[in-house]
Amino acid sequence: MTGHDDHDHGRTFQPDHPEPTSDAALVGLALRELLIEGGHYTAEEELAVIAEMQGASPENGGKIVARAWTDPEYKKRLLINGKDSIKELGFDLEPYEFTVMENTDQVHNVIVCTLCSCYPRALLGMSPAWYKSRNYRSRVVREPRAVLSEFGVDLSDDVDVRVHDSTAELRYMVLPQRPAGTDNWSEDDLAALITRDSLIGTQRDLSTK
Amino acid sequence: MNASWGPHDIGGQMAGPIDLSEHDIAHWEWQIDAMVRLALEKGLISDFAELRDGIEQLSADDYDRLSYYERWAKSLAYTLLSKGAITEQELNGKIEAIRARQEAEGLR
Repeated sequence: MTGHDDHDHGRTFQPDHPEPTSDAALVGLALRELLIEGGHYTAEEELAVIAEMQGASPENGGKIVARAWTDPEYKKRLLINGKDSIKELGFDLEPYEFTVMENTDQVHNVIVCTLCSCYPRALLGMSPAWYKSRNYRSRVVREPRAVLSEFGVDLSDDVDVRVHDSTAELRYMVLPQRPAGTDNWSEDDLAALITRDSLIGTQRDLSTK
Repeated sequence: MNASWGPHDIGGQMAGPIDLSEHDIAHWEWQIDAMVRLALEKGLISDFAELRDGIEQLSADDYDRLSYYERWAKSLAYTLLSKGAITEQELNGKIEAIRARQEAEGLR
């Protein structure tokens, strides 16, 4: 970092990665520097972890869903034992338990973590801010239909809503319903239909357009 | 049910409409996230429950006021301090050094 004393107007550029200045964020920056200087991890390891986190996306969950839609035996295994069945497709959520909940004409599932923000990141990518928000965490277990309608999901009274509260040890994912008119679609094309929100359960119908 | 385990125990409360906007994750937030993962990987903390325990030690005020990754930062600091992996003195010294650097750079 260099000084800018050679000109008297204010900063004329934004740094690529502006540093936060809040007290709590400074605690984080300070810890990071202490741990790196103390040899607990290296900046290279940090970059590798960040790249890995940035590489995870709902495409991963989409591949699992598309396989379940096209292979009934796989779907059975997935619903009985999510943790082991995703390993067949090269995914791993160890050490967590992992359970997939299937949407049907009569049942709609939605996931939350009321106590914090547990989420199957390796399969869905980073969680949206609303998933971690007070309002979602508070209300989705109290009035799921009202919350879902804020997401544009209006469920009729004959559809049961099941809300699954994740924990530090157990992660959930929703298996959305396969859209009508996709009988001859390839697994890849089906996977491309699947959205993050459909895997959380804040979207019910997938669009084929 | 009126029992509550703390400010994080909010399931079932009344609350306002959900802000559906998408947010980018800032570079420093990725760094905090990576730090927690690496702290786990390197055995500085033994599991995510320890991180959660640190978050549950936050005051109700802090829990509400701090952003998501600010809570993580405070939590990891709490955990590493209580385990003796770092000292209060080291941490405060480093915070002051960063503050001074930011002032010199015109960030504050």
